[in-house]
Amino acid sequence: MSGGSDSEEKIHMQLPIRGGDFSKAGEASSKIKNILKQLGVSPAVIKRVAIACFESEINIVAYANKGQFSVDITTGEIRVLAKDEGPGIECVEMAMMEGFSTAPPELREMGFGAGMGLPNIKKAVDWIKIESQVGVGTELEFKILFGGGENG
Amino acid sequence: MKIGEMAERFGFELLTTPRNAEMEVEGGYASDLLSDVIARAESGNVWVTTQTHVNIVAVASLKELAAVVIVSGRKPDEETIDLAKTKGVCLLGAQSPAYEVAGRLYEAGIRGSPK
Ligand SMILES: Nc1ncnc2c1ncn2[C@@H]1O[C@H](COP(=O)(O)OP(=O)(O)OP(=O)(O)O)[C@@H](O)[C@H]1O
Ligand SMILES: [Mg+2]
Repeated sequence: MSGGSDSEEKIHMQLPIRGGDFSKAGEASSKIKNILKQLGVSPAVIKRVAIACFESEINIVAYANKGQFSVDITTGEIRVLAKDEGPGIECVEMAMMEGFSTAPPELREMGFGAGMGLPNIKKAVDWIKIESQVGVGTELEFKILFGGGENG
Repeated sequence: MKIGEMAERFGFELLTTPRNAEMEVEGGYASDLLSDVIARAESGNVWVTTQTHVNIVAVASLKELAAVVIVSGRKPDEETIDLAKTKGVCLLGAQSPAYEVAGRLYEAGIRGSPK
């Protein structure tokens, strides 16, 4: 996106995510990625959005019963609220540490469990907030600004 | 090197018919940890892995990887192959293990990123 002027253009989307359904995992993230491509957002920024969306989508599929993305896109930024109903996270601070994972053997066999998902998200975004309640669910919200990438 | 050329030269099995056979392979990455691939692989890379689960298709698609080479003669299940066909992800199979496959690709000029 070129220029710095803030027009009123806004896109809002709700994308449902099903827990346990690995064959559909990544679809919500793909949709967001395609929209940003159509909007002409720089590839460097799209890469960061794709990483953050995918990791949070995969965590919902892997750990929660169900969830959804609420996505808001303006000319200047994308904001994603990934909310799920699930087991929640006991200690968010620990979960954010690289290498920390509670992934059971079945998930590890599929290639999950490096404990890199949340750290990957943190590195990719400009702003992040996590709130979680054990036995209820998790809310992960992040924001990525479009201004950062090469050629705007 | 193009994807089709790479598959032929190294005798990779075409687990899906590559729609992108003419696409240039830009470097490679080897890992069995999905989040590691998400963080470090670059678009256009060939990904060398022992993973066969359907998630490899989502990762390859999201990262716009050139192809996935599943090593050690491991076979993905039907779900993985079907999704790869739908998404246009090129899945290749190699009999050799990961170290050997990555070494051969490297030798042929398909490099990784040293970081
Ligand atoms: N939505 C969620 N609901 C419940 N627990 C979660 C959720 N997201 C993350 N967690 C917890 O936080 C831990 C760390 O998550 P993170 O994504 O960083 O790593 P991982 O999923 O274990 O492995 P990787 O993402 O590298 O495959 C998880 O193992 C899990 O215990
Ligand atoms: Mg994860």
